[in-house]
Amino acid sequence: MTSTFLPDQRTGRDTDPPPPAARASRGRARRRAVNWLTAVGFQLPALVLFIGLVLLPMLFALYAGFFRWGGFGMPSDYIGGDNFTRLFEDPVFLGDLWRCLVLVVLSLALQLPFALAMAVLLNQKLRGRAVYRMLFFAPYVLSEAITGVLFSMVFAPDDGLADNALGAVGLDGLGGEWFADPSWVMATLFLVMTWKYFGFHMMLYLAGLQSIPRELTEAALIDGAGPWQRFRNVTLPLLAPTLRISVFLSVIGAIQLFDLVWVVTQGGPDHHSETMAVTMFQYGFKRYQVGYASAISVVMFGICLVFALAYQRFVLRRDLEGATTTMRGGGA
Amino acid sequence: MTARKTARTLPLHAILVAVGAVMFVPLVYAALSGFKSTDELSRNPFGLPEHWVTGNYTNILGSGDFWRLLGNSTVIAVGTTVLVVAVSALAAFSFARFAFRGREVLFTFFTMGLMFPFAVAALPLFLLLRAMDLLDNPLGVILPQAAYGLPMTIIILRGFFRQIPGELEEAATLDGCSSFGFFWRVLLPMARPALGTVSVLAVVTSWNNFMLPLLVFTENTWWTLPIGVQQFQGQYSAEYARVFAYLVLAMVPALAFYSVAERQLVGGLTAGASKG
Repeated sequence: MTSTFLPDQRTGRDTDPPPPAARASRGRARRRAVNWLTAVGFQLPALVLFIGLVLLPMLFALYAGFFRWGGFGMPSDYIGGDNFTRLFEDPVFLGDLWRCLVLVVLSLALQLPFALAMAVLLNQKLRGRAVYRMLFFAPYVLSEAITGVLFSMVFAPDDGLADNALGAVGLDGLGGEWFADPSWVMATLFLVMTWKYFGFHMMLYLAGLQSIPRELTEAALIDGAGPWQRFRNVTLPLLAPTLRISVFLSVIGAIQLFDLVWVVTQGGPDHHSETMAVTMFQYGFKRYQVGYASAISVVMFGICLVFALAYQRFVLRRDLEGATTTMRGGGA
Repeated sequence: MTARKTARTLPLHAILVAVGAVMFVPLVYAALSGFKSTDELSRNPFGLPEHWVTGNYTNILGSGDFWRLLGNSTVIAVGTTVLVVAVSALAAFSFARFAFRGREVLFTFFTMGLMFPFAVAALPLFLLLRAMDLLDNPLGVILPQAAYGLPMTIIILRGFFRQIPGELEEAATLDGCSSFGFFWRVLLPMARPALGTVSVLAVVTSWNNFMLPLLVFTENTWWTLPIGVQQFQGQYSAEYARVFAYLVLAMVPALAFYSVAERQLVGGLTAGASKG
């Protein structure tokens, strides 16, 4: 941690103009107090917004999770940990956790490697690569709700584009109910998520690839390394910080998945595509079991917290060490 | 030489064309289907329309509903962006240019907001907005969106403000500029590219938000486009062609914005990810 009143070495100067040697130390102390007030004064609007609309609601969910409460008046029927016990005996919620894990594994095993492959491909001098980049990233700017409606039509059983296309090439057998089929609904959702999000990860990787100095891969080339060796031993390690961020964003995205599922299936058929956020929404806004829904919020919060801390501790630390020492002006 | 190079890159091009087709076809399919009648759509799902029916599109554009949703989305996106960028710029200025006690703790406090998805706080936030009588009020969406946008915006702007040389601030102070005067008259005009980047991010995030407007707007007066698309599909579920037309019209503003602001959007996302 930076000791507070040392000059900020990155900007190379103190925030006060260099004091004349004659200035009394009492004057300086007062200036610092005023300076502190000014500095925090600039933070005030952000703090009010952040505490009022981000922090307090989360703390309130933590509190409400311990009550049986319909959402009107203040919670008063304290039931201890009953909501949480009920939650971990609820097959739908346990299914939510399982489906979340499935999505995370699929994303890490298929979606991100695919995005990386496309990034490596488009990092080469190929005709039209700018157009491909723009096209692959474009779905990212569409709302999940709009994407959801689009693909509910593309995958409409029998009438949709997917079934018609498979029928046209003689693969009728592969067509099916898609979102309406309990055993295929998650796979179809994952396809749609990949369509929408792989371009985002690809863009992150492209930015990472472009920051790798050309000399390094050239040196490896001179040393006789083949393309795979250059990728495995030079590119991949240097891309690691980008990969770690992209994995983090992908996992957080899977934990909070809501819009797409709500628009396409509302969690169906028979809960087979339900996510934690959808279950929370059902109980909180449809069935008015707000205490129970708050308990779901708390568990989601807990999962995010544990994941973020563990990730920071074991995975991101190596990146941050480098970043923080330079960012904080050598830490004085 | 060129022939060999072409031969080598041919499979790569084949892959790109295949992936590009998967990305592109659903969008073209939607646009073409909007020009068919629902009847023709079931007979002729792929081909060009036998008769180009423009009624699906013109009906939607002719009714006031679509334009109202478009206006709502715009008002909410602009309101969110102005608020989050103004408030974050002040905070980022303080983080970047002052050395004060508790600075790093406070900064960490804000960055922690990045770790927690909105869905976690949706329920209590809804109760809070109801208590504040902000349901069915655009502020009920604008304020929370701005609050959730703070961490990323502050991180990006702080990084940019730090790069502006300290000599400028000294010169401004010697000329009698207050801290706020320096911020307002010197720093902000210089930071225009960074402000553009974070604004584009804020607009896209607000434009695509679904869960918050879904909760806050119980009546259709303030519905935004994503809500409108979902409702339209529910209402006309049997009339595929009309739904396609609505879908395409709802995509146009986002895609048009993307084609104009691609650079800022990609720059902002990669900067945010590498600094977050």
